[in-house]
This record gives sequence, structure tokens and C-alpha cells, in this order.
Amino acid sequence: MPLTLQQKLAILSDAARYDASCASSGTARRDSRDGKGLGSTEGSGICHAYAPDGRCISLLKILMTNFCIYDCAYCVNRVSSQVERARFTPEEVVTLTIEFYRRNYIEGLFLSSGIVQSPDRTMEQMVQIARTLREREQFRGYIHLKTIPDAAPELIDQAGLYADRLSINVELPTDASVAAYAPEKNPGTIRGAMDKVREKRAAAKERGHRGARPPRFAPAGQSTQMIVGADGSSDATILGQSTRLYGDFGLKRVYYSAFSPIPDSSAKLPLIQPPLVREHRLYQADWLMRFYDFTAAEITSVTPDGNLDLDLDPKLAWALAHRALFPVNVQRADKALLLRVPGFGTKTVQRILSTRRQRTLRYEDLQRMGALMTKARPFVTLQGWTPGALTDSADLRARFAPPPEQLSLF
Amino acid sequence: MRIDLPRIGTWEAFRTAARGALSEGLPPEDVLWVFDGAPQADLFGDAPVPTGARSPVNVPKSFVSLAETVVWHADPERFARLYALLWRLRDRPALMADRSDPALARLREMEKGVRRCAHKMKAFVRFRDLAGDGPRRRFAAWFEPTHHTVEPTAPFFTRRFADMDWLIATPDVTARFEAGALSLGPGQARPDLPEDGAEELWGTYFCNIFNPARLKVQAMTSEMPRKYWKNLPEARHIPALIAGAESRVRAMAETAPTLPPVWAERAATRPAPVRAVPGTLAELRAMAAAEPPLPGRGRMVLGEGPAGAVLMVVGEQPGNEEDMAGRPFVGPAGQIFDRVAQGVGLDRGRAYVTNAVQRFKFRERGKRRLHQPPNRTEIEHGRWWLEAEIKLVRPRLILAMGATALHSLTGQRNGLMQRRGQVEDTPLGPVFVTVHPSFLLRLPDAARRAEEMALFTQDLAAVARLMDRRAE
Repeated sequence: MPLTLQQKLAILSDAARYDASCASSGTARRDSRDGKGLGSTEGSGICHAYAPDGRCISLLKILMTNFCIYDCAYCVNRVSSQVERARFTPEEVVTLTIEFYRRNYIEGLFLSSGIVQSPDRTMEQMVQIARTLREREQFRGYIHLKTIPDAAPELIDQAGLYADRLSINVELPTDASVAAYAPEKNPGTIRGAMDKVREKRAAAKERGHRGARPPRFAPAGQSTQMIVGADGSSDATILGQSTRLYGDFGLKRVYYSAFSPIPDSSAKLPLIQPPLVREHRLYQADWLMRFYDFTAAEITSVTPDGNLDLDLDPKLAWALAHRALFPVNVQRADKALLLRVPGFGTKTVQRILSTRRQRTLRYEDLQRMGALMTKARPFVTLQGWTPGALTDSADLRARFAPPPEQLSLF
Repeated sequence: MRIDLPRIGTWEAFRTAARGALSEGLPPEDVLWVFDGAPQADLFGDAPVPTGARSPVNVPKSFVSLAETVVWHADPERFARLYALLWRLRDRPALMADRSDPALARLREMEKGVRRCAHKMKAFVRFRDLAGDGPRRRFAAWFEPTHHTVEPTAPFFTRRFADMDWLIATPDVTARFEAGALSLGPGQARPDLPEDGAEELWGTYFCNIFNPARLKVQAMTSEMPRKYWKNLPEARHIPALIAGAESRVRAMAETAPTLPPVWAERAATRPAPVRAVPGTLAELRAMAAAEPPLPGRGRMVLGEGPAGAVLMVVGEQPGNEEDMAGRPFVGPAGQIFDRVAQGVGLDRGRAYVTNAVQRFKFRERGKRRLHQPPNRTEIEHGRWWLEAEIKLVRPRLILAMGATALHSLTGQRNGLMQRRGQVEDTPLGPVFVTVHPSFLLRLPDAARRAEEMALFTQDLAAVARLMDRRAE
């Protein structure tokens, strides 16, 4: 009996849930005020709902099909898995996207797919869906396409013209682990495809000799995803890989996805779930690298094994290991140093800089500006506050770390 | 002095009134701001509302953007607080940059509250289809905002849903968009909206995108507070999802790894479907003609020559002339090749002449199409066609001209100059290596060109000798 649309949606959204990315921000501004189309994008994304796993639902995140000829150990859709299979027709995906969008459930579509027949054939159908949405339905919302690295470059070129964001998953932090767990995937090809997208994006920004702008190519950039905890890579390896990805390919985001046990998992993999907090710490470290001028080496040099401290956030862990730099004088320190104070975010630092031009700051002012003073207290000095011996006290770490726990006997 | 502000158009009214009061020099304690109050006799005298005609007032831009947001807050004191700040700004305009002034901090907090409420409205309004039979589709929604955010947020919906008619009903203000025009009206009680089948599909999506292995209820409720749940169709599934999460994860862990399905091996080992090579060159040509056009690439140009040719000549890719003519080797490089080949007694009419990549790749610069070298992937894509041609023509010797042809035929493009003039054995047959004739065209130095031309002629002569020997 053929599956109903509802059954297909259940199977194919279930299969898509392991993709972490749900961003719908940072693309070109569009709207439909002319009355001829549907949808708008306005810089910041909107999260239309939240699932009980705390993740936002911004896009209709589905697979075109979960049939796949590849056998990647960590993936629920690998060829050797007994999971139920289904396949949308392009028309079904278009209808679902438009009808959900009209009811204000979503910001757009995130389309991924298992590999059927051949990479080219699969990519072609995904491009066809994006083209129908853009050209026939005049859809002006957000489209994120997961590109298939082995597909023909012409198809990726076309995908970039219709999609806001393209992404290609590097899957695992090292080439060796890709070879071990995803034997059909080639890290070289993945990087080649990312470089190609970077090149196209750069070319699309150059004006022609008459000043004409070429058509936009993936205006929201490209992103990738790495699975954390399925192989033995340390956080230093993972963050080193991210640094390279941000630098070489100008990626907008690297997503970290803590390997979570999947139904019908492969015997090759651990059934133990890595602590979700590891993923959280990696995101914190990622933020420090992108907005706070930390390098991966600085963040991971704090612990001997190169893994982030699970009990403390990476900025606090770094500050505890570099106490000679503290306490920082908030009234006088430069921006780079203020950014390194635990409990100060980029916005707080901006506010400090603008207010201290007006007058001398006091302790209460910092609280009003949004600084987390419980964390910042030992590391700053200003009018009305000096940490005294607190900065160098031996039990400072213990003040922040969660209390030790009695191990369970069973 | 009592100043009345309407529920719709609050911002413009407040702006005019505050400007007037300030230019009149009315201190904050003398002004009573009334929001949407019933018209009544003023207890404090009936002075006319100041118009501000007396003197213009200058206000920092940042105050205007703050006030434009804060006026929509639900706090009844918002106007008084704004006016009090405005009063202080008269002699301290730099106050706006002070992020820790308590009065300003409170207003910033209110601004944040309104922004958040407007954002949540953009996120959580859920339309239902009214299924009319007019040319435009009709939708309606019921929403309960925390602040007075319908008016400032309605333009967002007009930008997004311009090709349909919609209504957002709230207890505060009702926004209606019909035939491209937005109108605001008084609030109303919850209307009866028809059931919408899409809500069930949406619920299915919501339940299935949830990963039970990562339950984080706190993270959900901080972003989607319970007060919004009653108007969200998907929220009714949340309790069951939370309750069932733990047992679903346990079941996953306890299930032993299963055996792969029977078709798995077949699917995994099945080579990516390769298009079968047709039986004749004419069929191959028909296939090439059916290829869709690609941006930035020319048309498919296959080789030409007799089917049983003993020699196959492989170049890089068609150039501008070749692309326009639809034939290989007719441009400047082709002419050089023809001239040299004739000179050493190679008959082009008896050779099959083709390219490693079948489409001209170019970059447009005005009217000119500048040649771009093909990349690795393009060469790989071109190889299928080249191999098909080799299978059909079955030449006894292949002449590879240039690094691209060499790469395609031998898989190794380096060391062209050391490898030229020799025959290499490949799975596709013996390949004779030489440079591409366009290389000769690009040499600026005449002496060097003559030297290279001699070497190229020597190579082609060697090929001619080999052909004679093989023909014997």
C-alpha cells in the first residue's frame, strides 16, 4: 500500500532530525510587497516553534528520500539499516513548504536527501524542487539545500542560484575517521566542493566591467556539520578542524552534533551517548574563536588532554589558568582584554566602552549593563569593588565548578 | 494637563504631544498621560493640548528609536517615563549613551520586552485557511500578545503574505489585510475559526523532528513560554513527547543491532548507474544533442572523423570558434594542427579528431568569451564521452595534445614536457604525448615559437611514421 503524505512526512522528518542547522538568518532581504509572490527574508531569522529537545524549528527540515546507497556507520539512513523508507515526489515537497509557510509555521525549507541512483540524479531532483519553488510558486522565503559533494559542479552552480544557503557536511573531524565510518565519502571531494562554493560566492560579488551585478549565489553562505563523540577525536582536533574550515572556505557556521544513539544503530558504534554538555562547550569555544579573538590553541591549551573542561565554560577555564592577567581594571583596560573577562559578553563590552567615556563606572553599573557579576567578580576591579586575594585564591575553581557528586553504586 | 493617547496610532500621537509639551516647557509632573481612556472632563482644567508650534525641539535620534518601541509596552507608566527622560535630555543629550542610568535602564528593559513580544508574534501567529472561492486565498489567526504589538508588527505580515488576504484578531487590536491594503480595528473576542487539515500535518512534523535522546524542556520553555501554548496547534503534543522520551531512548539502547535488509548489499554494491554506451557514433551524437544547456558553458561538441579511424587526436576543449561551428579543431589552434599535419603527411580526414572535455568553458568579458581551463571534475565528466568515442572508433593510436588530454587519458597530468614524443600504454590503448597547438600560439618570443614549432612538427612526424608502420 502506498504511504500517505502524513506517513511520508513522519518518516522523512524523523530522518532529518540529526541535522543540527536550522538557521534562517543572514540572507539577502526580499519581500513580496508586489503582491505577486509569497514570503520575505529580513536579516534575522525567526524560530517558529521549539521542540522539547530545546531545538528551534525554523525551517521545514526534511529529506527528499531516506533511501541511500551509502553505508555511513553513524547515519540512521545507511543502506544497512532496517529503518522504514519513503520518498517524496518533488511536488509533495513544494506543496508542504508552501502550505506550511502560508500558515506561518516556518521560515522556509531545509532540504537534504539520501543518495539514490547516483549523486547527480539526487542533486538534480533537489535543484528541481528549489527551482519550482522559486520560479513557479514565486516563493521568496528561505531555502537551505544540503549539497551532495560528488554531484556535478554545474548542479551545485544551479543550486546556489536558487538557495540561500548551501551546506556540505564534513561529517567527522579527521580524514581517518571519515574513511573508517563513511567509506564511500571522500574528504578531499567534500573540501573541493566547499572550495568551489566559496569561489562561486566570491565571483558573484564581483561586478562586471559595466558595473552589472552577477546573480546572487547562496547569499547566506555555506555551513557544515561535524559529529562529535562517534570517533576518538579530542576537542583540540575538532576545533583545529573548525579553524581551518572557517579560514579556508569562509564558512558561516560549523555545527557540532553530539552523536546521539539512533534507532537501529550500527554495531560499529558506541551505544554510549557522549555528554550533551560537550557539544555545548564546543559551541562556546566556537563563539570565542569567532567573536572574542581567541585561538583554538589558547582554548584547548588549558587542559593537558586537549579536551575542554566539561565543568567550566572555556572562557572561565582560560581565565583561571591565566590569573596573572587579572584583575582587569574595567575603567582603563582595552577592548581586547575586556573581551577576555568571564561574564562579559560582546554587548556588555560595547556598553562599558560607550559609558566609560561619560563617567566613572561603578560595580552596580556593570550589573545593569548585563554583565554576569558572579563570574566576573574575581577578575575585575573598578570603583566600589576590588577582588583582593580572591583572584589568586586556591579554591577559586571550586567556587565555579559544580559540587562533586557521589557515584552511583549501581 | 491631561493628554489622551489613542490605542491605534499611539506613536504618532505621543510624538506630537511630547514635542508640544516639551516646547511649551511643561515639566513631567504636570502632565497626565492617559492611554485609550474614555473622554471625560479634565479635573485639572481644560487647557488645550500643546501643539509645539512655539519652538522646535531637538531630540537625540537614539531616543526616538527607543520611544518608538517603548510606547507599545503594556506598562501604563511608559509615557510618563519616556517624557521624564525626554525632560532630562534637554540639558544632557549625552545621557542616551549612558548604559547604566537607572531610569534609562528601565526603559531599555521595556524596549527589550516589546521587541521580544513583537518577535514572538512574528513567530507564533498561526493562520488557518478560510477556504474561500475568491481569487485570493484567505487566512485568519487568533493571537494574544503581551504588549500592544499588533500595530508595529502588522507591516511585517504585509511584506510576507502579500498575495493572500489575512486577519490577525487579538483582544487588543485587529489587523486586516485585504486586496493589498492593511487596516487596523478595535480588538475582539476570540472568533470561531474553521478546522484546518494542515495542522495535523504540522503536528506530525513537530513530533517527528523531536529527538527523544536530547530532552531539554527548560530550553524549550524559555523560548516558547507556556502562555503561548494555548494558541499553538503543535503544543498539544508536547506533554506526550516529554513523557515518552525516556522509554523511547531506552528501547533504542536495548535493541540489538539488526541485520541489514536483504536489498542492502545489492544497493550498496550496485555501481552508480552508468549510462550505457550506445552502439553507433550517430546515437552518441543524438545523446550529446539532448544534453541540457549549462550556464557558463558552450554546447556539446563531439569529435568528427570516420568510425574506423586508426588515429584519434584528443585536444583540450572546444574554443569559441569550435563552439559556434559545433565542430572540433576549426579555430586558430585547429588550423595550426591542420597545417603541420599536412606537412608531415598525416591526413586529418582519416583521423578522428576530438576533445577531452566536450563543452567550451568561458568567462564573459563584455562581448568576448574568455577561455577557462577545465577543472578536475569537469575532466572526469568529460571522460565518459571520450571513452565512449574511443570504444566506438577503436583507434590504434591516440594522440594526446596538452595536459588536459593527457590527464584524461592517463590520469596523470604532470611532466608533459618530459613525457612528450613518447608512447604510453594505457587501458584505453597506446597514447602518444605532445603539446597542444594553442601553446604555440601563446608564445610571445618568435625564436622560441619557431623552436617549439619544430619540436611539434617532429612529434607529428613521429606519429605519421608510427601510423605507417602500424598500417603495414
